[in-house]
Amino acid sequence: MTEIVMRAEDVHKHFGRLEVLKGVSLDVEKGETVCIIGPSGSGKTTFIRCINHLEKVDGGRITVNGQLIGYRERGNGKLAEDSEKSIAKQRTQIGMVFQRFNLFPHKTALENVIEAPVHVLGTPEKQAEEDGIRLLSRVGLADKCGTYPGKLSGGQQQRVAIARALAMKPALMLFDEPTSALDPEVTGEVLMVMEELAHEGMTMIVVTHEMGFAKVAADRVVMMDGGVIIEEGTPEHFFEAPEHERTKQFLSKIL
Amino acid sequence: MLVAIDWHVLWLRIFHPNGTFAHALWATIYISIVAQTMGILLGLAAALARMSRIWPFRALSAGYVLVFRGTPVLVQIFYLYFAISWPTLHLGFTVPDAAVAAIVALSVNEGAYMREIIRAGIDSIDKGQMEAAKSLGMRNSLAMRRIVLPQAARVIVPPLGNEFNNMMKTTSLAYTVGVYELFADAEQGYSQTFIADYFLAVAFWYLVLTTVWTFVQAAIERRLAVSERADELSFRERLVAAWNPVTAWGRGAR
Repeated sequence: MTEIVMRAEDVHKHFGRLEVLKGVSLDVEKGETVCIIGPSGSGKTTFIRCINHLEKVDGGRITVNGQLIGYRERGNGKLAEDSEKSIAKQRTQIGMVFQRFNLFPHKTALENVIEAPVHVLGTPEKQAEEDGIRLLSRVGLADKCGTYPGKLSGGQQQRVAIARALAMKPALMLFDEPTSALDPEVTGEVLMVMEELAHEGMTMIVVTHEMGFAKVAADRVVMMDGGVIIEEGTPEHFFEAPEHERTKQFLSKIL
Repeated sequence: MLVAIDWHVLWLRIFHPNGTFAHALWATIYISIVAQTMGILLGLAAALARMSRIWPFRALSAGYVLVFRGTPVLVQIFYLYFAISWPTLHLGFTVPDAAVAAIVALSVNEGAYMREIIRAGIDSIDKGQMEAAKSLGMRNSLAMRRIVLPQAARVIVPPLGNEFNNMMKTTSLAYTVGVYELFADAEQGYSQTFIADYFLAVAFWYLVLTTVWTFVQAAIERRLAVSERADELSFRERLVAAWNPVTAWGRGAR
């Protein structure tokens, strides 16, 4: 019996006249790590941003743990955008890690991590701090609790961002090109944290160009191009026998 | 034509201020502070209204700035004073009705300018900050309060300092509706003696106020800048850096 954590059904998205997503459907099971690859402009970042409703969806639907994201069903079967309050609530169970970290620069590493547990979930500050310190140790930054983001390296900042997302105890973690803004020598430390997370059974959707990561951590790889999923399969499938011509071209460029 | 300075009057006004002067100075100070504070709050409300999803709020915000930034503050003071009957307040000291009208007019006028400053401050914060806050389940209002506004404050404070500097000088317009503040005090001295040095003395006092404020502002900016900057300089280091060109020039460098 498998449990679906994230289900996207025929998701469409336009920016003005440009159709960025042309019907994307994807199921992600509990504990699964799915890597989304594809050339820039293929819609992969837009898709992942739709999953926590940072982007509105123009057609189709996305559910997380069976709950419709961003919309509620009206009597006539049509969807209407949900209230800001309930969208915020839905997002508490979806962690997001950004390409450019987006840490809060006016707060220390630990303050970044405990901000949402304390002010959104209402966790007592003392307990949030204990949890926060544990999470920061887990990403190898126990000694950086009191440091401001401005004094951390890119790799360290991204690991704090991962700890910050984990502090909400999410059911699903989204990573939007988490290593693309990093210097090559520090991508390893971030990927290692993500790999551990994947092996511990976190459900993850990762937009990435790191095929090495996909190889060791992904259960499934999804190739997007032109706003649709053109191929999906195990990492081995992609490395050994990609079927689609576009996939072959793309892989030959990045490998 | 030579301008003869009456040093006696100047000396008296600067070093031996009398009771009415103290009263006038206090009026200038409280009018400035109250009007600026209310201006900030109005500006914040208008800046948030401008970003509202509800269009009448946005329209109201735009109309407010259009009217109060587009008309002279002197006209606003006169209109509000003569169109509405204001109460005289007793708060340990007496705030006459004219001062209340002046405070309201200056506040509303200042709010229109503060809206633009606060808006620019909010706009200067990277969109990723709001997105990160939302992704953590924060509602708009919470994200604004805890994440965006504290960062915007650092951008807002320097122009806000200019605004307050302006405000202290603009309070002199309150004299025109009969408020006894610094300028009124000088004007009274002049009208009894026809010695222009009363105005020179009052200029000195305005200069004292604005100079004191410059130091307060620097202290505030320093506090806000602490923490996030990796290359934090102390006040003394910055002072030295600021004087560098001068000392270099003194040593004969260009």
